[in-house]
Amino acid sequence: MNRRLLFLLPLLTLALMAGFFAWSLLAGRDPASIGSVLVGRPAPRLDVKPLRDGEPPLTDALLRTGKPAIVNFFASWCTPCLAEHPLFARLAAREGAVVIGIAWKNKPEEARAWLKRLGDPYRFAGADLEGRAGLDWGLSGVPETYLVDGQGIVRRHFRGPITERDVNETILPFLKGAK
Amino acid sequence: MTPSAPSGHLPRVGAVYSALGGGESDSSPASGEVRRHTARRGSWLALLLMLFAFPVQAVEPSEMLPDPALEARAREIGRALRCVVCQNQSIDDSSAEVARDMRRAVRERLAAGDDDGAVFAYMVARYGDYVLLKPPFKAGTLVLWLGGPLVLLVAGGALLIAARRRRRTPLAPPVPLSDEERTRLSVILSEAKDLPLQPRGPSASPQDDR
Repeated sequence: MNRRLLFLLPLLTLALMAGFFAWSLLAGRDPASIGSVLVGRPAPRLDVKPLRDGEPPLTDALLRTGKPAIVNFFASWCTPCLAEHPLFARLAAREGAVVIGIAWKNKPEEARAWLKRLGDPYRFAGADLEGRAGLDWGLSGVPETYLVDGQGIVRRHFRGPITERDVNETILPFLKGAK
Repeated sequence: MTPSAPSGHLPRVGAVYSALGGGESDSSPASGEVRRHTARRGSWLALLLMLFAFPVQAVEPSEMLPDPALEARAREIGRALRCVVCQNQSIDDSSAEVARDMRRAVRERLAAGDDDGAVFAYMVARYGDYVLLKPPFKAGTLVLWLGGPLVLLVAGGALLIAARRRRRTPLAPPVPLSDEERTRLSVILSEAKDLPLQPRGPSASPQDDR
């Protein structure tokens, strides 16, 4: 009797593994995902030189205005940034969102030319030529986008370009809900 | 189809050599010998070069700290930090932009007087445990750390117990033969005495029976 139970052990192991794999597949678990430790914590230090001439540098005060802000790292050399760009234009123009753009590892003149060509949705814009701000924000590349609430807490971190779906399902509800 | 492997040994090196354009398959017997020689020399050269193949480091001279002790610590840390875009390379091995920024940050922290733990904490605060190539020991990683030893312990224990149990139970003493069996045995033994030493001929192997 006891011995017969022992034979169930491999079967049980198999079932356990199959369950784990099924869960991995169905729940969309991505083992390569870096995740983000920033979500739910105060936004990292914001201390970035201005991208446009004659503007003040970006500071922490921009993220503690009581109004939510969207922080977007981009670069003129980055193709996915080009893809998501119209969405920021829409968020800024139609939804009145405060979008802060930071040109990461991008020559300021090139970033400015890129914005001139495509339209500039950024209320505030910074130039992070050496990637120091990027490191503080746990950036792994561009584009990446952070939703920061009015108290300066990071609520969401998108790695990679945002999509229409992200705007409709996450960003717009966030802008309406966050105070 | 396959590139001619010129030397019998070291087929890999030979194949690499031919792939590099060294030994296209040539069927003319006259040039075959010369070609084989060149190819063999090529294989040896390739083998020799392999001996000098060190793991590539992405750390550039301009990044290094002037203080060799600090630089050594930076290397040690850099080997344990994961490059966040290349997934399975350390930041010392990766030439990605982000990896270079991280190497620079490590050196800046060290130059500012941080100890190794503080530098790791600095990176974890930004990128999470993901950035550590060696996962930390905590609730979420218990299975990872203890699973292997646990399986070893359980399986080893089970084997040990099974072995002991087998040794402790002695073999059952043979049942004594009954009278009937005894007479049969004596008959068989007396018959066997009359037989020649090799009852089977050399050709009668068991396989041949059928």
